[in-house]
Amino acid sequence: MSMKFVEEYRDAELGRALSAQILSEVEPGRHYKVMEVCGGHTHSIYKYGVDDLLPENVELVHGPGCPVCVMPMGRIDDGIAIAEQENVIFTCFGDMMRIPGSDGSLLDAKAAGADVRMVYSPLDALRIAKQNPDRDVVFFAIGFETTAPSTALTLKRAKAENVPNFFCMCNHVTIVPPLRALLDSPDLRLDGFIGPGHVATVVGARPFEFIPADYGKPIVVAGFEPLDVLQSIHMILDQIAGGRAEVENQYARVVPYEGNTAALAVMEEVFELRPHFEWRGLGFISQSALKLSEAYAELDAELRYEVPGVRVADPKACQCGEVLKGVIKPWECKVFGSACTPERPIGTCMVSPEGACAAYYNYGRFARDREVV
Amino acid sequence: MAEQAAGTTRPANGRPTSEDREERILGIIETARSKRAKFRDETVTMSHGAGGKATQSMIEGLLVPAFANETLEAMGDAGAVSVDGAELAMTTDSFVVKPIRFPGGSIGELAVNGTVNDLAVAGARPVALTLSLVLEEGLSADELRAEVEAIAAAAEAAGVEIIAGDTKVVERGAADSMYVCTTGLGQRDPRANLSPAGLRPGDKILVSGTVGDHGTAIMLARDDFELEADVESDTCSLWTAVDALLDAAGPSLRCMRDATRGGVASVLNELARASTVAIVVREGDVPVNPVVAGASEILGIEPMYIANEGKLVAFVAPEAADEALRALRGVPGCEQAAEIGEVKTEPPGMVLAETAFGGRRVMDQLVGDPLPRIC
Repeated sequence: MSMKFVEEYRDAELGRALSAQILSEVEPGRHYKVMEVCGGHTHSIYKYGVDDLLPENVELVHGPGCPVCVMPMGRIDDGIAIAEQENVIFTCFGDMMRIPGSDGSLLDAKAAGADVRMVYSPLDALRIAKQNPDRDVVFFAIGFETTAPSTALTLKRAKAENVPNFFCMCNHVTIVPPLRALLDSPDLRLDGFIGPGHVATVVGARPFEFIPADYGKPIVVAGFEPLDVLQSIHMILDQIAGGRAEVENQYARVVPYEGNTAALAVMEEVFELRPHFEWRGLGFISQSALKLSEAYAELDAELRYEVPGVRVADPKACQCGEVLKGVIKPWECKVFGSACTPERPIGTCMVSPEGACAAYYNYGRFARDREVV
Repeated sequence: MAEQAAGTTRPANGRPTSEDREERILGIIETARSKRAKFRDETVTMSHGAGGKATQSMIEGLLVPAFANETLEAMGDAGAVSVDGAELAMTTDSFVVKPIRFPGGSIGELAVNGTVNDLAVAGARPVALTLSLVLEEGLSADELRAEVEAIAAAAEAAGVEIIAGDTKVVERGAADSMYVCTTGLGQRDPRANLSPAGLRPGDKILVSGTVGDHGTAIMLARDDFELEADVESDTCSLWTAVDALLDAAGPSLRCMRDATRGGVASVLNELARASTVAIVVREGDVPVNPVVAGASEILGIEPMYIANEGKLVAFVAPEAADEALRALRGVPGCEQAAEIGEVKTEPPGMVLAETAFGGRRVMDQLVGDPLPRIC
């Protein structure tokens, strides 16, 4: 295991050079708002202090692309209801365990006796199912198109190998509908988008063509190293300066323009679009999430178990929705850092390290314009 | 970033700007952070064992107030006690690591070194240990024998004797193979004048070698990730390193900690708070084994938060720092020791990292539990 081909994208000298180019590109007196759609970018921006290398009039707005952050409370409650069933081993990614539902998190359910286990891949959940043939093993699937193919492949394998005790509660979401909802939102003013590189490895760059075509905004699909992010910002500003609006692919070393056709095919087989799905803070968005297709219905945990399935309103004080839309900065939320902290989150944005609030709380405070003496 | 100030816009009128508001809100957060943590949870969760904020709230919010005394409140790795003029130190630790054997060590070795190191970084020469074993019904005698031998060997290497002990057996399922608890007695070294509240602006920060080896070795040994890499736990006694530092720096050595659960970042946060100072770490100067760097990259965990079992962090007055680093590097196993940062004044209680990329960020305490039962 070596860090070769990673360190190259963290070179401080190249960073300074790009920073100088960006500075020469911006019009003084004009304010630029660029949204990084993906939580992975938010994390990277804070982790490396990319913000520090930008002129003050270039503002980064954190978008809705953190799968944990967009999970509504009702779905957590449904998950907990399944986890509390007798004979169920409930499996999910680590971040998910800390998200508060209306009465505690999965971590609390675990402490109260539910068998909740953290896994790193859906295949781990399938392995647990094979090792525990007398129990039902439910995988709580989350993520955008980035993680949906691995869930799909796992379900395909479970079906092919006839594993009768493996089930999936599917919470996979898709990236284009929320972006369209954001662009249609009247309170938002953005100049361009840093496109989600991981999602694009699956769906390609083509699905983002509506952003320049219908809304006249540039989007650059970007990688996740700090130089990737800086370069994509440079490319966006260059489009703006030249009066262009296009889809560009900064992450061509990984992202084919047409995406990964094999992954798309298996998703097509295993999933179908839900008519609508609730997004935390953004409300119901039609055709924005996936469920198991007819052919996989017998593996669908939502069909196997009775769940409350009720919509739970977000806590009043929580402004995750406005943060997710980039309307307010994390620290502008009424409860940020006081009632809502990473150890006691009220809102989802404070849970995942990719959430805008957690990233700002953990990394961002004091990052910019502050004297250290 | 002074050159970037050109070409920016700021309202010239007297109205409070967005920056002012941000400043004010950050002030409120800092006030909240600096208050003693309260223990408000309804149940104990795995986070309370992770060495991060939840652990801190349980210790500072429940245990310390219940046993209120000055020695405990000093929150050292070992408590100081004087008996008829003999300057002693005591500490205790339990070990629940899973799996009990891993590359580079085992639970028995950890149980000796962990307690020896808590004495050593408190400036006390380890003298004697007691040992308690909690064994699960069904544990194989060979496994038990192997751990007893590991304990004996580690004690001999560290120069301590096991002078008392206890054994218990619990039903299958009530423990996981075996748990080990050791209590250590040490003699406080007259050269040492250490205190968690002793950090002064200008002090240099040293680490005794590569960070994150132990936690990574355990993670990979669990086989949850199906990652294969050659990394071993760093478990070892730190007394030789402490002895060398005391010789080289004496009273200029302000404080030491062994960076176990929560890693180096948690140590830095604890001490920044205890001394009401700021700490700035140069990320690029922190020694990290390339295999650990690679594994943590894949797993999304930062080496600064990963546990060590044979690494210390030392704070040294600037005039003695070079000599202390030279002495440390002369100790076998500490060849990669490095100076990684400096103590500053503002903002108090905060740890900041200068990223190798040229940016800056907060390096806060760990929240949650990336990996339970590492020691």
